[in-house]
Amino acid sequence: MAAAGRLTGRVAGPALAVTYLSVLVLLPVAALITNAFSHGWGEFWSAVTQPEAVAALELTLAAAAIVALVNSVAGLAIAFVLVRDEFRGKAFISALIDLPFALPTVVAGLTLLTLYGASSPVHVDLAGTRLGVGAALLFVTLPFCVRSVQPVLAELDAETEEAASSLGASRGQVLRRVVLPSLLPSVLAGAGLAFARAVGEFGSVVLISGNLPFKTEVASSWIYSLSQSDDLPAASAVSVVLVVISLLVLIGIGWARRRFDVPETI
Amino acid sequence: MTPRWRLPLRFAVLGYITLLILLPVGTVFYRAFQHGLGAAWDAVTAPDAVHALWLTILVALIAVSLNTVFGVGVSIILARHRFPGAWLLDALVDIPLALSPVVIGLALILVYGHSGWFGDWLAAHGITVIFSVPGIVMASMAVSLPYVVREVLPVLQEIGTEQEQAARTLGAGPVTIFRRITLPNIRRGLVYGVTLTTARVLGEFGAVAIVSGAIAGKTQTYTLFIANSIDNLDPQSAYAGAVLLCLAALLVLTVLTLSDRGREAWHRKAPA
Repeated sequence: MAAAGRLTGRVAGPALAVTYLSVLVLLPVAALITNAFSHGWGEFWSAVTQPEAVAALELTLAAAAIVALVNSVAGLAIAFVLVRDEFRGKAFISALIDLPFALPTVVAGLTLLTLYGASSPVHVDLAGTRLGVGAALLFVTLPFCVRSVQPVLAELDAETEEAASSLGASRGQVLRRVVLPSLLPSVLAGAGLAFARAVGEFGSVVLISGNLPFKTEVASSWIYSLSQSDDLPAASAVSVVLVVISLLVLIGIGWARRRFDVPETI
Repeated sequence: MTPRWRLPLRFAVLGYITLLILLPVGTVFYRAFQHGLGAAWDAVTAPDAVHALWLTILVALIAVSLNTVFGVGVSIILARHRFPGAWLLDALVDIPLALSPVVIGLALILVYGHSGWFGDWLAAHGITVIFSVPGIVMASMAVSLPYVVREVLPVLQEIGTEQEQAARTLGAGPVTIFRRITLPNIRRGLVYGVTLTTARVLGEFGAVAIVSGAIAGKTQTYTLFIANSIDNLDPQSAYAGAVLLCLAALLVLTVLTLSDRGREAWHRKAPA
């Protein structure tokens, strides 16, 4: 029994796990790469450089970068308020931050479309605009930017700040010289996670963007429409570009976390 | 925080959260019940809506159970056994987190679709995966694969093997050890991981949209039903369906918050 258990652990267990992973992830990803280059490098290149693909990729990367930047600032401010401020209803606000994690993306898109769409009760119509794409991405990426900073800020040694101010540092100096530098790695980690999420986002964006080519069509919806028109090699090619970008970002975050000892809080 | 900045910062933050999250979600609730409770009820009990709901529940039951067994199994393998390539398995589990859901769906089509790698073999055996329920289940499993491992593995690594070894010395078999020692120890991480998996499966859209074909009354999951209702200019169904999924999300958040408290208490208790 014990020997059989050891054998199961050594061979059968890992083999089963790898099989499961292969059926669901590894084989499909291999097929994606093979398909992207099935007609050679030239076809791959023309698929990712055709005007509509370039426009979609440019919009996706620019929007993801801007959204990561905006939510980093917002996330820092929200973390400050959640950690250093006290008011009634703070627990509710804190729980609300996680809602985008739990809410289905298509529901997120619908909520934004309801308030900021054509039949907006406040007469702000972002449907079919790039601002609408941005709003959807801000919504889904906010928790990353708050939750990566908040625990680090909470752990931040109050003593260091007190020491700095007892040595004559002004509050502004304490913030600039002590607090912000120690938060910077986790802010960047949050921004990276937000960027990686935004680059591949689909559900929340499609409803409000209207998928207008050259205007509001993001990379994932371009891939979607390519696959609907059965152009699988081109869809695979653009997918490979997206995958490489988000892998690079995530590997970068992993490296930075080890290098700067940033805790993994999400 | 400088007292001078306390209030302006608080109101800026509250304003941002209100405009981005609170008001949009509130507006959907308002729109869903704008024409009365009856209209909302009719919308969620329409045949296509009910079918989509049952399909989603069925898919979730299959995908979440299989991914839970996989997740616990892989966590035990990675935490308790040494074998060549363990680090690689650990890294590969995270791949779905780096992929756009649309890309995951597309990749599944390339293997299991009619022109995919296994397309001919599957067709010869009369098995339809893509544009059918098995494809939806596989897409849901693929996108939610990492969550249980990511929650359970750290707990297993932190608790170490002392208790399990003690039980083994006292003559307990592997099944007893798992049931009486390992499972109670990983319970909180497991609840957290399973809840995240369920939330992801219930809410998945991109991957499912691409593999399902979204045939109303057949392969339409609940999120596809909502998107389809908007396309069909039937906002009442979309709003009512969205409210139902919002409530599910709130339930998920409650479970996560409760088990998070448990997790934090557990971490505080655990020696550093």
